[in-house]
Amino acid sequence: MCTSITHQAKIYGRGKQGEQWIELKEANVSYDHPYGMPLEHALNIDFVDESKGPGARVAVELSVDAARQLIKTIEAVLAQAEHQGVLEDKHQAAVG
Amino acid sequence: MYQTNQYEGMIAETVTMQGHKGETINAYMARPLGAGPFPGMVLIHHAPGWDEWYRECTRRFAHHGYVTISPNLYFRDGHGTAEDVGAKVRAAGGIPDEQVIGDLEGANKLLRSLAYLNGKVGVFGTCSGGRHGFLTACRTKSVDALVECWGGGVVMKAEELTPKKPVAPIDYTKDLSCPMIGIFGNDDKSPSPEQVNQHEAELKKQGKNIEFHRYDGAGHGFFYYDRPAYRQEQAVDGWKKVLAFCEKNLK
Repeated sequence: MCTSITHQAKIYGRGKQGEQWIELKEANVSYDHPYGMPLEHALNIDFVDESKGPGARVAVELSVDAARQLIKTIEAVLAQAEHQGVLEDKHQAAVG
Repeated sequence: MYQTNQYEGMIAETVTMQGHKGETINAYMARPLGAGPFPGMVLIHHAPGWDEWYRECTRRFAHHGYVTISPNLYFRDGHGTAEDVGAKVRAAGGIPDEQVIGDLEGANKLLRSLAYLNGKVGVFGTCSGGRHGFLTACRTKSVDALVECWGGGVVMKAEELTPKKPVAPIDYTKDLSCPMIGIFGNDDKSPSPEQVNQHEAELKKQGKNIEFHRYDGAGHGFFYYDRPAYRQEQAVDGWKKVLAFCEKNLK
């Protein structure tokens, strides 16, 4: 059954849809029925641009273990980049 | 039961209908050819969306003699693939119960307006659609038979209630207005076997006309032949029970 466990983060990013990169403005994170994973429930991340309609979506569906591992990995990469003084903020990235 | 020398035909197409607050939404409709009279069936799609399985299910009920309509409950959330629209609704925490009940009432009214209807209308729903079916059969007086398949969220804790889902459906049990069949997998997490027991106990306490069927070796959504959850033996038996229940109560 649909759990309705869902959160949204406003993001600044791009995602690849086929051969095309699209702007992504929101990340919808849910623990609910996946579409592609052979699981009853999964950690789903829909990177979307809501202003462009339902089709502006790059989807990822992860097992619980995979999701936890991903969080640790992202944190580790960001910590290392911060330690090395190479983190860029959004505006630097935009002009760079 | 279909005989091999029997004529059979059906028409299936997308239509528009008036849903909640008279708003126009679309729906998929299938019916046997002929003057009837035929019983009606409203199909309530599951949380993942108004997808191919539900369109095929619409034709399946038509094959079994029902004028069948499956309203697009996500019509107001935009258009695209069923999956993209379903993901958008998932992110929004689903759709409001009141809106669903209004759309299902609209579908029911459309069926009842047809000259070839026999005067009876059932509802069939799976997953969130099972929950919506139970809600509708409790909150309206226009349902003649309810098929609830693994309706999760019938039993809800207070902290799970939201503005879109303000009341736990189980709290409406006393108002259930028609016979009901429930189909559940014992490996399901939502509804869990404990929640199914609670649901059944409340129905029995209120003296309702019900039959519950629980299947070992099956979890959530075991009718979905396009998903790993599919369980052939249990699904075949479950469909037999569903169609026999509908035959008894709607034909």
